[in-house]
Amino acid sequence: MTVNLRPVPDETPAPGPSLDELNATGELYRVLSEDGTGTVGAPPALPDAEVVAMLDEMVKARAASDRLFALQRQGRGGTHAPIHGQEAAVVGAVAALDPAWDWVLPQYREPVALGRYGPEIFERFCLYQRGHPEGGHIPAPIRVFPVQISLAAQVPHALGLAWAMQLKGDPGVACVFFGDGASSEGDFYEAANFAGVLKAPVVFCCVNNGWAISTPLSQQTAAESLAAKARAFGFPGVRVDGNDALAVYAVTAAARARALAGGGPTLIEAVTYRMGPHTTADDPKRYVPAEERAAWEGRDPIARLRAYLEGRGLWDGARQAAADAAATATIDAAWDKAEAATVDPTAFFDHVYATPTPRMERQRAELNERLTEVDGTEA
Amino acid sequence: MAVMTMVEAINQTLHEEMARDGRVLVFGQDVARNGGVFRATEGLLNTFGDRRVVDTPLAEGVIIGTAVGLAAEGLVPVPEIQFLGFAWQAFHQLAGQLARLRYRSHGRFDAPVTVRAPFGGGVRTPELHSEALEAQFVQCPGLKVVLPGSAADAKGLLASAIRDPDPVMFLEPLKGYRLIKDDVPEGEYLVPLGQARVVRPGDDVTVIAWSAQVEVARKAADVLAIEHGLSAEVLDLRSLVPLDIEAIVSSVERTGRAVVIQEAPLSAGFASEVVATICEEAFYSLEAPVARVSGYDVPYPVGMLEDRYVPDVDRVVAAVRRVCDDAQ
Repeated sequence: MTVNLRPVPDETPAPGPSLDELNATGELYRVLSEDGTGTVGAPPALPDAEVVAMLDEMVKARAASDRLFALQRQGRGGTHAPIHGQEAAVVGAVAALDPAWDWVLPQYREPVALGRYGPEIFERFCLYQRGHPEGGHIPAPIRVFPVQISLAAQVPHALGLAWAMQLKGDPGVACVFFGDGASSEGDFYEAANFAGVLKAPVVFCCVNNGWAISTPLSQQTAAESLAAKARAFGFPGVRVDGNDALAVYAVTAAARARALAGGGPTLIEAVTYRMGPHTTADDPKRYVPAEERAAWEGRDPIARLRAYLEGRGLWDGARQAAADAAATATIDAAWDKAEAATVDPTAFFDHVYATPTPRMERQRAELNERLTEVDGTEA
Repeated sequence: MAVMTMVEAINQTLHEEMARDGRVLVFGQDVARNGGVFRATEGLLNTFGDRRVVDTPLAEGVIIGTAVGLAAEGLVPVPEIQFLGFAWQAFHQLAGQLARLRYRSHGRFDAPVTVRAPFGGGVRTPELHSEALEAQFVQCPGLKVVLPGSAADAKGLLASAIRDPDPVMFLEPLKGYRLIKDDVPEGEYLVPLGQARVVRPGDDVTVIAWSAQVEVARKAADVLAIEHGLSAEVLDLRSLVPLDIEAIVSSVERTGRAVVIQEAPLSAGFASEVVATICEEAFYSLEAPVARVSGYDVPYPVGMLEDRYVPDVDRVVAAVRRVCDDAQ
C-alpha cells in the first residue's frame, strides 16, 4: 500500500475571533457574561441544537465523573481524576472539531467529556477505570487516543498525527489536551517548537486549572501567561475563558480553520479552575486556599451556559431533568457493561508485539499451567 | 553480490525500502541536507524529496514522539537518533510511549517504527557518543532490539525491521560503519529478526557476541585456532529481542563452554541475560563456568582510556583459554 502524499488544500478561514489580535493583546476572550445571563462578545454562528448539545454533554461529563469518583470510593473503580469545573474547556473545544478527520488526544481528565466522538469513548473509559486492558482500545475509526498518564507525552504524538495528515493532504487537525503542569514538560516545548517549523495542523489546548496537584501556577512558571509561550514558537497563543463554552468553541474553531488553511498551530490557554481534588487519591484542603476556591464557585461553567440558554428559551427545568436522566442512563449502561466484562488472567501477554516472542509464549504457557494447578482457572 | 561497507549497505537499504514503500519517512538531525553525519542517509533527500526526508530540530524526545503519531496515521517512520547516548533524552518516549503504543491501545495501533542509532566505542568521540545501551531497551517490552554485525546483515535486518509491525531499535556499530566490509546480496534480501548466525563453526567453546564485538570474537577465534589449538564457535545473536535461545543452547550443549562478550558495563548487561539463559537451559552440558568479557562498571571513558575499556582480542582470548583450562 502506498500513501498518496499530497499538498495541504487551501481553505478559507471561518469567521470568528482574530487569533492574531488575541495573541497581540493577551486579552482573555469571552462570549458569555460571568453569570451567563448576557453576552460580552459575539456568540459563534452555531445552530441552537448544537449549543444545547454542548450543555447536555457538560451535564453528562460532570455526572459521569461524579459517578466514577463514587465508584472508586466503593472499591469498584480505580483512581479517578474528576473533571468538575473544567467541562466547558473540553466540551467547547471538542464541539469545534470534525470527528471524521480531527484527532483528539486527551490527558486523563477529558475522556468523560468526549461524547461527541461517540459513546464508545466513555464505555472504554469505564473499562479503563475498572482496570480492564480493553479500556485503552478506542475502536477504529474513532480518532481519539487512549488516556495519557505521562504528562505532555501525548503532545509530540499529536504533532506526528498532524504531520501525517499534512503529508497526506487530509483535512484534519490534531487537538491535544494538557494542563498547566504539563506545560512545563520538555515534550510540550519540543513538540510546539517543531510544530511551528512544520506549520503542522495542531491545536494545543492547554487547560489551565490553576493547580498541578499541589503546585500553583505561580510556581509552575514566571511567564506572563501560558499562552504567551507561543510567541517563542512563532505561532499565536490565545487566552480564553475556559468556563465559557461558547468562547472556547469560537477560539478552537478559529484555530482549526487557521490550521487547515496551512496557517500552522495555535496554542489555546483555557483559563479555568479545578474545583475538586487532583484525583480520588488527593486532599486539596491541605493546600488550596478556601477563599480562592470559593471565588470560583460563582463561575460554574454549567450554570453559566444554562443561564444563557434559559434566557434564550432553549433550556428549562424539564430540559434539565431530561439531561440528567439521559446522563444517568448513559452512565448506568456503560458502567454495567464494564463491570460485567471479564478478562483472561493472562491477557497481559496480548498486544505487546504483533507476534509474541518465543520467550513470551513460554512464559504464558507456564502461567497457564500454574493457574490450572493452583486455582483451577484456565485461560 | 557486491562488497560493501556497513554504512553503504545501510544507505542502499534505505533507498530500496523508500522506493518500495511510499509510506516510509526518514527524519532526524542532519539526515537530509547533510546525508547524516556518517552519510548513512546520503542521497535520500535528492531521490525522495523533502517531504519524506526531513531534518528535524535538535530534540530527541519529539523525534521519537512524532514517530508514534505518524505510525498511528499509517506511515512507516524511520527516525534516526544521531548517537545512541542521546537516546536517553528520548527515553520516556521510547520506553513509555513507542514501546507501548500497541499495548496501550490494546492492539488498535501498529507501531512500525525503526529507530536507527549508532553506538559503540573505539573512535575517540566526545562524551556520550559511545555508550552501549542495548540492554536498557531490552527492559522495555514492546521494543525489538536488533544489532547487525556484518554489512550483509545490516541490509537484511534493516529491511526486516522497516517491514516489521513493531518498533525496532536498530543499533549500528559506529566503529564498524566503514571497517566492517563484506559481500552484500543484491536486490530483495531479508534476514528474519530473532535468528542468530554462526559466524564460524567450532567445537571447543561458544563465543557469543553482537554488533562490533562479533568482529572481535572472529579475530579472537583465529588467534585461538592458530596459537592455542582451540576451536571456537562464534555466534552472532543479531537481535536481543527476539532472542534466539535455541541457537545459544544448541551450540553450548555441543561445546560445553561459553564466553559472552559485550561493550556495555558488566553488571546487569545483556551478557548476564545470556549467561542466565545458558545456566537455566544448558547447565548439565557445561564443563566450566561461563565467562563474560565486557566493559567495566564505570561511565564510558574518554579517548585516552577507551582502548582499555572496550573488550579486545586479547581479553577474549584470555577468557576463552581460562574457560578451556588452557594453561596461561
